[in-house]
Amino acid sequence: MSADDIQLFAVALGETGIMAGISGVLSLVLGLPLGVLLVITNDDGVWRRPILNRLLGTIINVFRSTPFIILLVALIPFTRLIVGTTIGTTAAIVPLAIAATPYYARVAEMSLREVDRGLLEALRALGATRWQIIREALLPEALPGLVSGFTVTLVTLIGASAMAGAVGAGGLGDLAIRYGYERFETNIMVGVIVVLIVIVSGVQIGGDLLARRLNRRL
Amino acid sequence: MSAGEAIVRLESIGRAFGSVVALNDVSLEVQRGEIFGIIGRSGAGKSTLIRTINGLERIDTGRVIVDGSDLSALDEAALNRVRRKIGMVFQHFNLLSMKTVFENVELPLKLAGQPRDARSTAVWQLLDMVGLRDKAGVYPAKLSGGQKQRVGIARALAGKPSLLLSDEATSALDPETTLSILQLLKELKGRLGVTIVLITHEMSVIREICDRVAVLDQGQILEQGTVWEVFGHPRTELTRRLLRGVRPPLPESLVKALHQQPVAGGRCLLRIDGSGAEHYAAALALLAADPGWQTDIVHAEVDRVGGHPVGTVTFSVRYSEDAIRNLLARAERQSIDFEVLGYVCR
Repeated sequence: MSADDIQLFAVALGETGIMAGISGVLSLVLGLPLGVLLVITNDDGVWRRPILNRLLGTIINVFRSTPFIILLVALIPFTRLIVGTTIGTTAAIVPLAIAATPYYARVAEMSLREVDRGLLEALRALGATRWQIIREALLPEALPGLVSGFTVTLVTLIGASAMAGAVGAGGLGDLAIRYGYERFETNIMVGVIVVLIVIVSGVQIGGDLLARRLNRRL
Repeated sequence: MSAGEAIVRLESIGRAFGSVVALNDVSLEVQRGEIFGIIGRSGAGKSTLIRTINGLERIDTGRVIVDGSDLSALDEAALNRVRRKIGMVFQHFNLLSMKTVFENVELPLKLAGQPRDARSTAVWQLLDMVGLRDKAGVYPAKLSGGQKQRVGIARALAGKPSLLLSDEATSALDPETTLSILQLLKELKGRLGVTIVLITHEMSVIREICDRVAVLDQGQILEQGTVWEVFGHPRTELTRRLLRGVRPPLPESLVKALHQQPVAGGRCLLRIDGSGAEHYAAALALLAADPGWQTDIVHAEVDRVGGHPVGTVTFSVRYSEDAIRNLLARAERQSIDFEVLGYVCR
């Protein structure tokens, strides 16, 4: 592999990192509150709001059922509004974050729902406010699951960012398509696959380790 | 226990879940400083009942008055303030698994907004009280059931409550641990003067620590009173059945020898279930009155519950139809409740 190729890989890797990283953080910041909201507004939640719950669920389902490649294109006007451009790495972050947020919201919802209801009742019996129940019981108890869920989201984002080449976002997926596929440079293709395997494995192993270390139930 | 003011007063409360009536016109009073037990089978409504006392369960009718305030009239914020003065321990402990023993006990103080220094002092005191100082930094997963419940009790007492609710606190524990937890509760009641309301399906728990008891079935209170009275004179079949576990059955050899029909020249077995020294004295005096009966005691188990003798004594008397009729008639006049168990050969 030539120095040019290595240069190509470094740039692509950086772009993938930026896309997955920033949209990952955004999906966490936006998705977690949504997940909490889904759980607490549910019928057995600490803040029952059936209409809000159904509304949120529906919106999330709409975004979750739209394939990412379509979302990418459909969101172009919105992307322009937010970041002022519709091409490049920055532009890809917007649809990526918007696709990952409802995804993480659902993943977080699952973890939060597994928190023993007895604990929430104990907190209520202690005179905890709703916010205190969320902060002291719901979130800490679900933490290992929330971390595992975020790992899965991040892995999905790394995969999805490959499609962002469609809006000229660059990244590893784009590298593989343009050089590996269109220019028949098989070594680039193989290289991208290997790098992706390494990154995804690293994220997964790191996430699992962190979740395990955080879990006090073992 | 002084017949002081009531700390909890339930005024004909009712609660239904759809068409299922969980509580039906339940009224009771818990006096300050006593240990009040509510016993019933599973599904009797015990859990619902105890949860009305701290407003975890809403009621459809009636009033719940705790420490002078009517819970149904309170908004969420006021209800939370009342709850901070009511401790609760749970069957499955309900400790936060991601917090250490120390942090679990500290939680109520944190929720109440106490400063860190004051919290720390209080938590160490509480841990000393339940004998878990050396487990402060441990997570609940590493504790035994009994230790978890001690943490649960320390947490429940952190807010210096005047009332402690115990929801089957010993039901998930083995008998030995159960006893140690009950002893701890009794000791804490003595030391802190906290009133305890507990629910259980085990008569032995009631007998061990309760001053008064209410028997709940199908959402209704069947009987209530001091433990020794209810144990001594169970008025309903259900109470008798619940009591069976704690009251000794007849020895098997005796049961085997028992006939349902009188045996010529044989003897009749009579049992009294009772409580109170006077009760036994009266029965003994009656049976000794006629030497012709040749009264004998064949089996007796009398224990002291709440300072009163409670138990069963089985007598045998020489059988003749007239003698037995005469004896039972005299017993009835004196309100001594003999139960004819059967007949044995000589």
